[in-house]
Amino acid sequence: MTEPSFLTVDERRAAGEADEPVVVADGPRADELVWARGLSKKFGDFTAVDGIDISVRRGEAFGFLGPNGAGKSSTMRMIGAVSPATDGRLRILGRDPGTDGPAIRARLGVVPQTDNLDQELTVRENLLIYGRYFGIPRAQIRTRAAELLDFVQLTDRADDLVEPLSGGMKRRLTIARSLINEPELLLLDEPTTGLDPQARHALWDRLFRLKQRGVTLVLTTHYMDEAEQLCDRLVVMDKGRIAAEGSPAELIGTYSTREVLELRFVTGENEAHAEGLADLADRIEVLPDRLLLYTDNGDAAATAVVERGVRPASVLVRRSSLEDVFLRLTGRSLVD
Amino acid sequence: MTSSTQPARTRTQIPWSQHRLLPVGSRVVFEGKMLNYKNNWKGSLVSSVLEPVLFLAAMGISLGALVDQAGRLDQGVDYLVFLAPGLLAATAMQTATFESTYPIMGALKWHKTFEGILSTPIKVRDLVNGHLLFILCRLVTTLAVFLAVMAAFGALELPVGFLALPAAVLTGLAFAAPVSAFAAWVKNDAGFAALLRFGIVPMFLFSGTFFPVDQLPVILQPVAYATPLWHGVSLTRGLSLGDLDPVLALVNVTYLVVLALLGVWLANRQFDKRLVI
Repeated sequence: MTEPSFLTVDERRAAGEADEPVVVADGPRADELVWARGLSKKFGDFTAVDGIDISVRRGEAFGFLGPNGAGKSSTMRMIGAVSPATDGRLRILGRDPGTDGPAIRARLGVVPQTDNLDQELTVRENLLIYGRYFGIPRAQIRTRAAELLDFVQLTDRADDLVEPLSGGMKRRLTIARSLINEPELLLLDEPTTGLDPQARHALWDRLFRLKQRGVTLVLTTHYMDEAEQLCDRLVVMDKGRIAAEGSPAELIGTYSTREVLELRFVTGENEAHAEGLADLADRIEVLPDRLLLYTDNGDAAATAVVERGVRPASVLVRRSSLEDVFLRLTGRSLVD
Repeated sequence: MTSSTQPARTRTQIPWSQHRLLPVGSRVVFEGKMLNYKNNWKGSLVSSVLEPVLFLAAMGISLGALVDQAGRLDQGVDYLVFLAPGLLAATAMQTATFESTYPIMGALKWHKTFEGILSTPIKVRDLVNGHLLFILCRLVTTLAVFLAVMAAFGALELPVGFLALPAAVLTGLAFAAPVSAFAAWVKNDAGFAALLRFGIVPMFLFSGTFFPVDQLPVILQPVAYATPLWHGVSLTRGLSLGDLDPVLALVNVTYLVVLALLGVWLANRQFDKRLVI
């Protein structure tokens, strides 16, 4: 502990300096469960996270959107108080993970990128022992485990071994496990990667219910539909930095147009057509397989294209998505 | 499905301060290992009874008959009685080594269960201590069974021979801790094959389990005396036969304790390097 400005609200209260929640100029506010300034993570010469600022408020669903290798998982592991930051300041639930790791982790739920369930135990046993790691009495864990198995619809598999379960079931069990300590903050690292569409929707439904109950969610994803479905606010990450921040609608409003006209031509002709059509859109993006024309009126642009005598192999008008935001910010597709 | 299925608002978990107590964490990790072991204890019980029976019958009785025909050992006992405590110490080595290799690599690398545990208030040192606590428990039970078989074969000086149990357990711990550190250090299980080939098997054969080390070529004797298994065998045999040399025993105990403590330190360091990144 050095200067007063470095003290969190809890620490100030403990020191008798404040009775009411105080706004610390250079620290997290009382409702900011995650607070980072200049947060960095380096592995040798490689910089995975490069000085990012984040604030996640209580009750929010906050997302990190970005391609593989953007630094999302490294950030999540630092927020999970398991990976020490190389530089910058980080407060989780008002505490410093560098000194209060176990105390912070006691109030977090973590769904890692790859399931790390104990394959040799049954579904229920996985919950029972995980609860013990939080120091919860056995009887209480048993009650809670039954409720959670019901919540993730695994009650009928409770006494089966984990190993033969489907990917979606394992994922749901991992989520149930992360809730065994009734966390205030739930961290989900790519919760639905590798799941089939049905399993993804089942999972989104559970996460949405948790959010309604006031659990603060922090998740990473490289799916824009997931980010649009679940997140109140998100940051777009690229190469360890934050490229943009806002609600999905704000980001689309700021970095894209309302609609997008997608034109496909015979291979190799995209570039040639782009020049002739550039004036029809606010912005034009040339991808290997198609042209994207950003405009507020996709149908009008499509008509204009045809009027010029251009005959694309296919024409599609759609609403802008976070994919377009990402393309604009980084010049690359999100999922490659 | 009702909205009451997951009460997110009741705060009933144990307060933070209690998580800071070291013993709680390691005890819970131990509990987890035991829960895991519960599913395969039968197989391990069978082998822990069967192995000493087979070894003592084959080596102790059959081979022992030949050895005893040729003349008495320095200790003036049957070969079976000489061999049994050596095998006891060697079993401690093997049990500890087995439990500290594949299960550690599995939890670190293959299933990443350690990563899952460290997302809770559990700390790295709880993992190490809990794991060693489990091995301690495995050693005590396995070696107690071994001793019972020895007694049944008449290869145990009663009741003084039971003092060989703590000696053999200490031998096991002197392997468990450094081997755990080794398991967290090597990249893949090829390292274990090397450990067995160049460490465990030669020790098993040449560190006094089957014959006194002074039967080895003079040049190799110091190597054998330097191995942890020799110190374990020496201590275990001394207690089992009741002819313990107190000075030598002190050297043996010191050696094993220092190795175990060094192993705990190394294991903590190595686990930390692999898990806290």
